[in-house]
Amino acid sequence: MKRLISTLAALALAGTLAACGGDADGGSAGDSSAATIQIGSVYEPQNLDNTAGGGQGVTEALNGNVYEGLFTLTDTGAVEPLLAKEHKVSDDGLTYTFTLQPNVKFHSGKALTSADVKASIERVTAANSKSARKGNLEVIKEIATPDDATVVVTLKSRSISFVYNLSYIWVVNAAATDLTTTADGTGPYRLGDWKRGSTLSLTRFDGYWGTPAKNAGVVFHYFTDATALNNALLTNAVDIVTSEQSPDALAQFTGNGNYKVNDGQSTTKLLLAFNDKVAPFDKVAVRQAVSQAIDDKKLLTSIWGEYGTPIGSMVPPSDPWYEDLTSVNAYNVEGAKKLLADAGLPNGFTFTLDTPSYDPHPTAATFIKSELAKVGITVNINTITADEWYTKVYQKRDFAATLQEHVNDRDVVWYGNPDFYWGYDNPKVTDLINRAEQATTTDEQTTLLKEANKIIATEAASDWLYLYPQIVVASSKVSGYPVNGLNAQFFAYGIVKN
Amino acid sequence: MIAYLLRRTAILLGSLFLAAVVLFVLLRLLPGDPANALLPVGATPEQIEAARRELGTDAPLLTQFLTWLGDVVTLDLGKSLISTLPVGPEIAARLPVTVPLTLAAFTLAVLIAVPVGALAAIRADRWYGPVLNAVAQLGIAVPAFWVGLLLITVFALRLGVLPAGGFPPDGWADLPAAIEALVLPVVTVALVMSASLIRYVRGATLDVLGADYLRTARALGATGAQAMWRHGVRNAAVPVIAVLAMELATTFLGAVVVESVFALPGLGGMLVRGISQHDYPVIQGIMLVSTATVLVVGFLGDLAQRLVDPRLLHREAS
Repeated sequence: MKRLISTLAALALAGTLAACGGDADGGSAGDSSAATIQIGSVYEPQNLDNTAGGGQGVTEALNGNVYEGLFTLTDTGAVEPLLAKEHKVSDDGLTYTFTLQPNVKFHSGKALTSADVKASIERVTAANSKSARKGNLEVIKEIATPDDATVVVTLKSRSISFVYNLSYIWVVNAAATDLTTTADGTGPYRLGDWKRGSTLSLTRFDGYWGTPAKNAGVVFHYFTDATALNNALLTNAVDIVTSEQSPDALAQFTGNGNYKVNDGQSTTKLLLAFNDKVAPFDKVAVRQAVSQAIDDKKLLTSIWGEYGTPIGSMVPPSDPWYEDLTSVNAYNVEGAKKLLADAGLPNGFTFTLDTPSYDPHPTAATFIKSELAKVGITVNINTITADEWYTKVYQKRDFAATLQEHVNDRDVVWYGNPDFYWGYDNPKVTDLINRAEQATTTDEQTTLLKEANKIIATEAASDWLYLYPQIVVASSKVSGYPVNGLNAQFFAYGIVKN
Repeated sequence: MIAYLLRRTAILLGSLFLAAVVLFVLLRLLPGDPANALLPVGATPEQIEAARRELGTDAPLLTQFLTWLGDVVTLDLGKSLISTLPVGPEIAARLPVTVPLTLAAFTLAVLIAVPVGALAAIRADRWYGPVLNAVAQLGIAVPAFWVGLLLITVFALRLGVLPAGGFPPDGWADLPAAIEALVLPVVTVALVMSASLIRYVRGATLDVLGADYLRTARALGATGAQAMWRHGVRNAAVPVIAVLAMELATTFLGAVVVESVFALPGLGGMLVRGISQHDYPVIQGIMLVSTATVLVVGFLGDLAQRLVDPRLLHREAS
């Protein structure tokens, strides 16, 4: 028996030693454009089609890397032309004429023509499309293709966001058949291998029309466990983590010269959304009281430590119509008590807070409960799944108040839609937001949206608790990666590894 | 034996059918609607209706069940509601991680548990007998993810001799990397599994040690080791085999946590994701495959027991 045990021990040791030989990082040291960049992420695509429910992961991996639009949303939030070499807008704002970049080829070798652009827009507006941008493109009346290099889009009404919305629309090969597991775009990378549940690789496309990628390719590694993801970075199995999910793990990177922690701009807002149509939250004073009774900064610190940004409204700093409104309905317990008394509720009231079961909602709910208890308001926390939230809150509007994260940029416009789930209905705001969309200049649009934003902040249409941080952590050997990740995209073509 | 085999096969098929029914009904009792998962924010009631029709979730339950069962019999596990990709090939793609992980961990666990458990029983009178037993007790209380994190901290982060997680993009084609990737997960599962096995082996060995036939064998002139080898092992093996079959089955699914800690693209991660997304075909497919595995392993375990101990067959026949 003794011999057996010592043999086992010897075997185990041998196995460990044999394993020592491997080296995860085989990149060549000299030429940085030959390096392959290893990227770690928690967002694996569901499939590769962004009109078939591919999710956030497909945007992260393919947007701007494999697929390109007529326009692109840069990492700083600016809209710039990409496949559209130039565009003209008619005086009435209803006709857009786009001239395509010449000599653009799909990865399959086919040349890009206006017919591909038309087909790509129609994929998004098709009846079976699951694209989140479908509604924005309903304004399109007709798409014409007078020649191979020209696309003419006619709108039903003015839409100043039209060009911005086009930055979300991928131009795909109209002849491609299966876009859920294969890809055919015009971007600087072609799709390599997608091992579901594990990795997705992109390799530099030699026939790219623009500036070629600065690296030979990238591999996205997908993780379900945040610790596993951070361990991969610590052991050099990945070079970059696209988005850290909690501040807990950051301490091991912040004090370490081998890593860089980037605190970027995010557009994800955590909302305490009231049902503005139903008592007691149909009263402005009650919503203001609740907003003033909660110390948003303390909540942010308890969840994100020194990261994240306090926010006073729905508009994040990367939107052109941002204004610092944190002083509106700021933390003020005495003010909250007075507002409640004015609203005829001096002894407070009780309401149920529908709370999605995943982080950070339960933590935020507990915090809100203890804050509101100080002004006499009792909160019953009702924990629900994401699916139930969709059915109960979003569809049936069967709620008093709820917590939810809203991830998109430029989404203050939802407050102009009285049919949206929170039921905020102020005709002045609706009018401002509609006029902003019909505006002739971006300055006019910005002025109108700023005005609308001030009104919703003052009326506490919702309580905007804080803006999430967007934290990219990378090995100090790599540079040129995006740090803001707006709209969940992660352009990889500028990344260099030394 | 043949009569037993037929009877046991019938039971196996019956259980499989029953499991399919239970699985199907349970999944339909969950709150929420998969049609929601398919549609963008702001979908109209018409779109939701259309999505239900497309998914077939608007049909009566019995129709849905029969359609599904018919497909399963022809090895078609349907398409994922979320990714729209076929479930069968995706499960097949995950097996090259989960199956080797389970089998290697199982083998290692047996290699640890049998000698250690037997030693703990045979040397119950020495100081290390109870110590081994106590360590095994402790091992049962330790969760697998904690063992995994500990091993990662030591071997990947501190010593840097093994990867902290992941599986090579080329899979088993990159053999050294694939083996490296599985070393820590296998050890994690094996350690946790062997802890409970050690106790069973020890218990079974203690039972046998006190048996009359062993004393008789020694009285007839056999040494303790000879008596144990000739008569004891076979008798002690019977209850252990039953436990082994159960352990193997549990590990197959118990790998979920370990796969997540080590970021392995196995069935576990796929199942967790399927559940969170209400992806019925994915959940059904994985549960069906794993239930079938559990039942078949149980079946094989029963057969093995009867081969080791033919008395069981006679007892059942009479």
